[in-house]
Amino acid sequence: MDSPASYVHWGFILISMPNLLVIGGMIILFAIALAAPFPHAEDGDDVSN
Amino acid sequence: MSATSPPGAVPSESKSWTLRLRQAIDRHLPMDHLLPDRQPYYVGSWVYVFGVVTIAALVWVIVSGVVLSFMGPQWWHDSGLGRFFNSLHFWSVQLFFIFMVLHLWGQYFMAGWRHGRAATWMIGVVIFGVSILTAFTGYLSQQNFDAQFIAINAKDAMNSAGAGAFFNVLNFGQMYGLHVMLLPVGVTFLVVAHIVMVRVRGVVKPIDAEGGARP
Repeated sequence: MDSPASYVHWGFILISMPNLLVIGGMIILFAIALAAPFPHAEDGDDVSN
Repeated sequence: MSATSPPGAVPSESKSWTLRLRQAIDRHLPMDHLLPDRQPYYVGSWVYVFGVVTIAALVWVIVSGVVLSFMGPQWWHDSGLGRFFNSLHFWSVQLFFIFMVLHLWGQYFMAGWRHGRAATWMIGVVIFGVSILTAFTGYLSQQNFDAQFIAINAKDAMNSAGAGAFFNVLNFGQMYGLHVMLLPVGVTFLVVAHIVMVRVRGVVKPIDAEGGARP
């Protein structure tokens, strides 16, 4: 924890590994939210709050 | 209302601003819009959960922040329970930002500003900006060497931007006051306005279902 983070350097892109992991995790979570079925979404015209 | 009017009878052009305000609220925000128990079919997606999770994270940020401000820096640095609440505050903020950005992505790709919702979108943008300011002042309010390091470096950025005279990051009292009072009140007020505006207009229809629900 006390050591400096490693960095990914790709052309003009320079980003720390922790930040890259957070952004990658967010993209994966967003994709899952789009693809995963929502409970009872197909039951009718409306869904309960 | 005149003294001779029967109870409940309301003149259409009343001079009472209280009455006109109540009528406007009834007209634009009836209770079934404010607290709906059903939603259109297209709200059945996990993408719509991101905004709610952001609000839940904000609640934890505020609750843990109130405890931290009540107990003080020595407690949040030295005691086990204080460090727990310090961490709770920090990680709630991480979740708040992560889910706020996921909510932003979702609304961007579904063009959430359509059909008269531009103000809702713009308030969301302002919430994002004020939240960043709140987080920055939070880093300055930690009362440790990390906060001092950030303040010493940030002062140059503030001065080069011309904001140093108004926003002195070396002034702990100013930064702490902004962090625990003005900025959180601003974020909370804007979030409430954002939610009310969503309730007034309803959730925006998907782009491929323009014919369906209320605009």
